[in-house]
Amino acid sequence: MSHIHIENLNVWFGDGADRVDAVKNATFDVPSGASFGLVGESGSGKSTILRAIMGLAPTWSGTIQVGDFKLGKKRPKDFYKDVQMVFQDPYASLHPRHSVDQVLGETLSLHGFKDIDNRIMKLLDDVGLGPAFRFRYPHQLSGGQRQRVAIARALAPEPSVILLDEPTSALDVSVQAEVLNLLSDLREEHKLTYLMVSHNLAVVAHMCDATAVMQNGEIVEVMTVEDMRAMNPAHPYTKHLLDSSFGYNPDAAQSA
Amino acid sequence: MTPLLDVKNLRVTFPTRQGEFEAVRGVSFTLGKERLGIVGESGSGKSMTGRAILRLIRPPGRVEADKMELHGRDLLSMSEKEMQGVRGQKISMVMQDPKFSLNPVMTIADQIMEIYRFHTGAGKKAAWAKAIEMLEAVSIRDPERVMRSYPHEMSGGMGQRIMIAMMLVTEPEILIADEPTSALDVSVQTQVLSIIDRLVRERGMGLIFISHDLKLVSSFCDRVLIMYAGRVVEVCEADKLDQATHPYTRGLLGSLPDIRHPKDRLEVLKRDETWRIAESVSGRT
Repeated sequence: MSHIHIENLNVWFGDGADRVDAVKNATFDVPSGASFGLVGESGSGKSTILRAIMGLAPTWSGTIQVGDFKLGKKRPKDFYKDVQMVFQDPYASLHPRHSVDQVLGETLSLHGFKDIDNRIMKLLDDVGLGPAFRFRYPHQLSGGQRQRVAIARALAPEPSVILLDEPTSALDVSVQAEVLNLLSDLREEHKLTYLMVSHNLAVVAHMCDATAVMQNGEIVEVMTVEDMRAMNPAHPYTKHLLDSSFGYNPDAAQSA
Repeated sequence: MTPLLDVKNLRVTFPTRQGEFEAVRGVSFTLGKERLGIVGESGSGKSMTGRAILRLIRPPGRVEADKMELHGRDLLSMSEKEMQGVRGQKISMVMQDPKFSLNPVMTIADQIMEIYRFHTGAGKKAAWAKAIEMLEAVSIRDPERVMRSYPHEMSGGMGQRIMIAMMLVTEPEILIADEPTSALDVSVQTQVLSIIDRLVRERGMGLIFISHDLKLVSSFCDRVLIMYAGRVVEVCEADKLDQATHPYTRGLLGSLPDIRHPKDRLEVLKRDETWRIAESVSGRT
């Protein structure tokens, strides 16, 4: 059964002559408990899809269904509990003057949880940070630790879906490995569904069962991870992305 | 044959409230007419090494070395005025993001012509012609129009190619490229790299390519220095990077997800205090 169902999604910004169609006729399904990737270059509309789901891009048309919620202009309160997002840059997405305790505590109390104290400890433990991190401020944390806090915040309301917008692209590869492992573990443990945006095909191939490839606001291809491993793309653009992910190739550079 | 650049025991130090912090600790290497890659994670000192060569470290930061020579000329003892004759003319540098390295209130033409005229004393007409020629060399279509534009009118890939054109207009002997393609999309990345590759080969320049991307460096460069905590932990031929022996390099390679070789869990790097203490490996040939 599909947990996220997107059909003929259009997202645009501006009006009249200034209108920019950021996403055109996007259609895809994510089964419950699966992990689905969106890849493409900057400006291809991949983050815009996440923002439309979250309600951060108000001008859209088409169908967005997440779990039991069929989304319209207004979203029920429960939706915001069930769907959470982790952003790219942990340096920008955490309030510099709120401690980890405040960040998690505020989220928990907003969502009406009672045993906040225990839950904060549990969340910190879930993301591999000890109790020692509870009263630290973001500047006392490394990039990887900050991203763990951002993930803990996303986990706090006990969501079923987490939208990940380039969760590791601001991190070093060794830290990226830790965060990706953590995300895999959490998905298993909490039965989460992931929708993950990345420009890095190797990361998506590692994390996701299937991936939509986007170019200029359109989904040019939806491919399974097996197709990706077999280097079996249907669209020339996907082939180009796959080739580039293996580093610099002088022959490819000639034809580009 | 004497190398273009000879660096021995380079150290970059910053005073802090907790005492001196050594960002680069005893790095040695030589550069010939080759593509030398420097890889490492953030904070490993790779960018500092590049900047130290051009003496771009501002006080209270200090640059020290037993030897830092360009064609046998000591860079450390040069006056600031002599350094200006080196920067941009003998050694050029391309930084990561063209948005921050181009002057937003000057046209492309003015910026390229300024550097060319400063170093060669050429007239306006000659500088214009030279700038057009360079823009064509970096595959920019319609260079006349681009010359009259401002940086904000350019895309990221175009901006980076313009930076490269500007840095190569004086025909330097060494190009230091600090993460030149990290801010660019993959398709543009390939294009910019092929331009750098072609120019470096055609002009017989030496290239220092600083990057965090192991795959990119191993496929693009001839030789690689791997830096950790301000030191070089390993030097290897770029195409033999997958046979690297140092546990840090192995750990980095293992932590990369690989499309063709799926694994359930990525390797997590276990840092070893001895890597930090060990002597820097020399990249001198």
